Amino acid sequence: MQISINNFTKTFDGTPVIDDMNLTIRDGEMLALLGPSGCGKSTTLFTISGIHRMDKGQLMFGDRDVSGLPSQKRNVGVVFQNYALYPHMNVFENIAFPLTVRKDNKADIDREVRAIAALTHISELLERRPGQLSGGQQQRVALARALVRKPDVLLLDEPLANLDAKLRLEMRSEIRRIQLETGITAVLVTHDQVEAMSMCDRIAIMKKGEIVQIDTPADMYSNPRTSFVAGFLGNPPISFLSGIAMENSFSVAPIKLRVPLGAHEGIADGTQLKLGVRPEHFGPEGDIAVEGKIAFAETQGRENLYDVALADGSVLRSIQPAGRNWALGDTVRWFIDSKSAFVFSDDGRRL
Amino acid sequence: MTRNFAAWPIILLLTVLSLPLFIMYLFLLVDTFSNTAPGSLLPNEFTLEHWRFLIDPTITGDVWKPTLTTVIFSASLMIIVVSVSATAGYALSRLALPFRRFVLSGIMVMHAFPSVTLIIGVFLVLQFAGLYNSLTGVILVKASLMLPFGIWIMKGFYDAVPWEIEMAGVQDGASRFTVWRRIILPQVKPGLLSLALFAFIDGWSEYMLPRILAPSSDFEVLSMYLNTVSDPNSSTYNFNIFKSVGLFYTLPVLALFVLFQNRLMNIFGGGTKG
Ligand SMILES: Nc1ncnc2c1ncn2[C@@H]1O[C@H](COP(=O)(O)OP(=O)(O)OP(=O)(O)O)[C@@H](O)[C@H]1O
Ligand SMILES: [Mg+2]
Repeated sequence: MQISINNFTKTFDGTPVIDDMNLTIRDGEMLALLGPSGCGKSTTLFTISGIHRMDKGQLMFGDRDVSGLPSQKRNVGVVFQNYALYPHMNVFENIAFPLTVRKDNKADIDREVRAIAALTHISELLERRPGQLSGGQQQRVALARALVRKPDVLLLDEPLANLDAKLRLEMRSEIRRIQLETGITAVLVTHDQVEAMSMCDRIAIMKKGEIVQIDTPADMYSNPRTSFVAGFLGNPPISFLSGIAMENSFSVAPIKLRVPLGAHEGIADGTQLKLGVRPEHFGPEGDIAVEGKIAFAETQGRENLYDVALADGSVLRSIQPAGRNWALGDTVRWFIDSKSAFVFSDDGRRL
Repeated sequence: MTRNFAAWPIILLLTVLSLPLFIMYLFLLVDTFSNTAPGSLLPNEFTLEHWRFLIDPTITGDVWKPTLTTVIFSASLMIIVVSVSATAGYALSRLALPFRRFVLSGIMVMHAFPSVTLIIGVFLVLQFAGLYNSLTGVILVKASLMLPFGIWIMKGFYDAVPWEIEMAGVQDGASRFTVWRRIILPQVKPGLLSLALFAFIDGWSEYMLPRILAPSSDFEVLSMYLNTVSDPNSSTYNFNIFKSVGLFYTLPVLALFVLFQNRLMNIFGGGTKG
């Protein structure tokens, strides 16, 4: 079911948290709300679920306006960060709870619970208490409980934050598999860009209560609209150089660096600019030479990570396949791939 | 559990410290079943005569009527305190009530207030309501004096229940009341149980309130009965019978404590137990 949020505004105790937000989640897609801590991701999520009320705005499930409905009448499944399983009920009773509240008959409940347990691979755990489950299993139960009512939308608030690295990887693909198999519309809140990129059809990047950009992971990565978005996606992250426009080039005078602006002609000389260079676009190959010293080197196995300090103190990050290794303190003359670099205005807008 | 220190020195110390108390209780127990010759320390004959008050009302008056009254008194107290605390504690912990802060600080103040100082006011209210000299009146007064404690304790237990569990219940389609009854209440069960025990034991040992608020009524609780028995000026005074009645009076409390001591300790631990 398509979910749309129109002109949503929310204020907590006089502090505006969400300001005039518009967001559409397409039918059957999984959307990530990605952003730094405190930017209003959970607030948005819990507004969809009905825990928070909108101060202004409209929430549509399909073409039904649910803005005024309480949580109980919205048919939304929520997976909380700490799973929020009912400790005194066993797994079966936990999953059955939404159905018993609805007063379904016993045979139906039994069938539904077993079907959803099979989907989430917890059929053999039905007799256990939540306290006797691992983190990953608890999360599967939470997912099953959220899905058993066949909700219009599934909301996940940082579902992987409490898991260790290996389980996180496993549950990442599991959640995606279950979402695709059920075809449910889903919203995932996270501040981990890898999670957002790997699990979701589209990502909405939020900053201070606003959606900065909404796009597919690939488009977002290759075509960020602001320096904030560029800085948020990618690991290791992008690095920025500050300079000015000079004769249709991006110029950093002290180190005699000049990167042609190409398509962005006509910028007045002297305008402050920022150049964003992803680590894979800076290395021994490229077109614009830069000289610097290796200030940091990290071996990651398949790849090595380097920080190159330039003469004026700024730093460019680089990622290189293992094999040819540089040591801390080496002086290198590497190249920026000028066609792949992003040019931003001083206030962060992409040019 | 692995210990990183030996337990026996502590056990030894506690044993030595509680020995005098233990010996006194032992003597109390022995004395109720035996006669001791004057001047002697050890008893010289076994007898059940000190317990005859249980079947023979002519000795000290009927003991079963005060017992029944005390049971009714303590049980009503328990029911009132537990049900009001269970609901009021929840409301104060979770619901955005008007004057919530005011009510909370009011409860704190009431909790800290010595109840004796309220007696005159309470007396006037009872008089006015026509409940002076009645069991109902005493129960109501005792319950309201206990409620600040009960509500405060229950609020603490509710506060420890994660907010998400409640929200999960609401998302699952349950009304706030269903969530409270089926999800939240089971989480605070240890608190309810200990509070119930506390209320019962407190009611069982109450002496002052019935004495002051129902001095000339026809009912009598066990503590008052014991007081009558212990009067050395009365014609039926017998020190050993006094001991037996005392033991009879203490026994239920001891039994409850032995059965539920772990639960009772819960109330001081805030109730966060998996
Ligand atoms: N119930 C509340 N009362 C007052 N302020 C709140 C409340 N809930 C959230 N806020 C504020 O609203 C802002 C957004 O909070 P929100 O929980 O949506 O952030 P978030 O993006 O989910 O962050 P995180 O990644 O840390 O979970 C924060 O500044 C927070 O302090
Ligand atoms: Mg959050």
